[in-house]
Amino acid sequence: MSFSVTEPSNRQKWISGALVIGYAIITLLPLFWIVATGFKSSPDSIAYPPKVIFEPTVEGYVNLFTTQTRLSQDAISEPRKNLSWYEQLVREKGNTIVGPSRFSERFFNSVIIGFGSTFFAILLGTISAYAFSRFRIPLKDDLLFFILSTRMMPPIAVAIPIFLMFRHLGLNDTHAGMILLYTAVNLSLAVWLINGFIDEIPIEYEEAALIDGYTRFQAFYKVVLPQAATGIASTAIFCLIFAWNEYAFAVLLTSGTAQTAPPFIPTIIGVAGQDWPAVAAGATLFLLPVMIFTIILRKHLLRGITFGAVRK
Amino acid sequence: MSEVILDQVSKSFSDTAALDKVSMIIPDESFVVLLGPSGAGKTTTLRMVSGLDKPDSGSIVIEGVTVTDHTPAQRNVAMVFQQYSLYPHLTVRENLEFPLKSPLLNTAKKDIGEKVSAVAELLQISHKLDNKVTELSGGEMQRVSIGRALVRTPNIFLMDEPLSSLDAKLRADLRIELKRIQSDSGATLLYVTHDQIEAMTMATHVGVLDKGKLVQFGPPREIYENPVSIYAASRLGQPRINVLPADIFGSAPGGAKFIGLRPEQIVQGRGESATVRRVEHLGDQTRLHLLFNKHEIITVTDAHTELKSGDELRIQPKDAFFFDDQGIRLI
Repeated sequence: MSFSVTEPSNRQKWISGALVIGYAIITLLPLFWIVATGFKSSPDSIAYPPKVIFEPTVEGYVNLFTTQTRLSQDAISEPRKNLSWYEQLVREKGNTIVGPSRFSERFFNSVIIGFGSTFFAILLGTISAYAFSRFRIPLKDDLLFFILSTRMMPPIAVAIPIFLMFRHLGLNDTHAGMILLYTAVNLSLAVWLINGFIDEIPIEYEEAALIDGYTRFQAFYKVVLPQAATGIASTAIFCLIFAWNEYAFAVLLTSGTAQTAPPFIPTIIGVAGQDWPAVAAGATLFLLPVMIFTIILRKHLLRGITFGAVRK
Repeated sequence: MSEVILDQVSKSFSDTAALDKVSMIIPDESFVVLLGPSGAGKTTTLRMVSGLDKPDSGSIVIEGVTVTDHTPAQRNVAMVFQQYSLYPHLTVRENLEFPLKSPLLNTAKKDIGEKVSAVAELLQISHKLDNKVTELSGGEMQRVSIGRALVRTPNIFLMDEPLSSLDAKLRADLRIELKRIQSDSGATLLYVTHDQIEAMTMATHVGVLDKGKLVQFGPPREIYENPVSIYAASRLGQPRINVLPADIFGSAPGGAKFIGLRPEQIVQGRGESATVRRVEHLGDQTRLHLLFNKHEIITVTDAHTELKSGDELRIQPKDAFFFDDQGIRLI
């Protein structure tokens, strides 16, 4: 599986290496800035000129997970023992912890809604893609085009009707509503991508399985699915990234119970105004799941993006 | 093993008729070879029996049961595909176990191991059992594909050019092996090939297909010695039968348009004079390309012949076939 006929020369390797490193620096710089800000103190985070070298602190993370209130002068002077390290840290700023923040709740909402909608988009997408690929369906091309056409405008263009429908159905601010919405948006992508992958799998494998004594569904499950795994995995990444990062619908349709992390993070306000280290800490934690998911599936992703073009 | 009957089976794909009222009885324990060029309907016939395609009309009976509407699994048939169709995500062993583990057969673990090693031994792939099938050579893939059928004891084996991508030696070995398996186990086989040596050596019956029609069905010798048409006669015999104008050697029966001469129907040394144009020494025999009355004739002669290009040779037909203007056999 080689892409080039000739081995690249040393100079070409150097140039491409330099280009990749340059590009990586450009894309990673904002990421680095977010991670760094998460470990800054509040004054450091808004210092001008910006501080590249600073004294790291986990203040931002503590603030992210807790709700605090200002202590009175008397209370500060009153000596306290047996405080845990984070309570101590907060007390040094003249604050005290009154309870956990809503961040973990919002984060968990994102996990449920992101992975839930990805699961349904992949499940339904795989089933319909298989049907489109293998069965004679009347108006097949038109149906596929119709499915694609749902992506021809930005989903937010239909925000108002969706908002009204959701209100009418009582789906506003519910997990089910958000999973349904993200599944609907992702489904067209899932059907199209997976359809392409299944089309690439010769039908003879299933025929062999039918002859070998399996039913159609068993043939699908035992023969088609393992071979489509690569394509399905990369499609799942695309779906998850969309659902995970989606902001506009989340702002519009969720406010409490089902609010996801993206609309929540910018609203983190500390005791003394906007708490940038806590926002950055929230953003850093928010990046992790998709990153881990992508790293786990990255072997599949590369082949997925090339659309099986290099398959023998 | 069982008798398989095709009764008036027709099938068309869009506008072209792939099979046109094909009727055939595949006797129990027989080895039936289907011959014909590409598009004659050989593979379609296999797919009809397997259940992968359903006939437009007509019926298929396996062991006395009409199975026309049955799924492939219900028919209990084994098939070797031309393109191997091995499961690429599985190892050789898993491929061979696949049919045995199906809900249809649901074989006991102990028996699976035994059957797989026996078949692997037979096909000389024991050392490759734990390889991924994608790491095999074409010939090895084809053997695994044959093995996947042989682990079973189905009603009928269907094989679509199973030896086509093997090298000559392995093909000769497997030809003998397949024939031995068939006669030992009493398996019924329906076998598609282009290779007339396979047809002549393995078949108990040969079916000649032409554009979706079964033109002749019978033992290979009968088809060779008593073909119904020029088409059927051309399927068997190497070098091919010579087809010439009927009256080229003088008298011809009424209505005859063509005379068909196999090499053994040409007597050398007497009769009319022909010119030797080319002599091909094949080792065990020598082929002669003759020019007779502006027509080329190919025949066979003694391996140690002294003839050379430009020589004169007298030839005479003996028990020749005569065909009418449609190519249908008269005598």
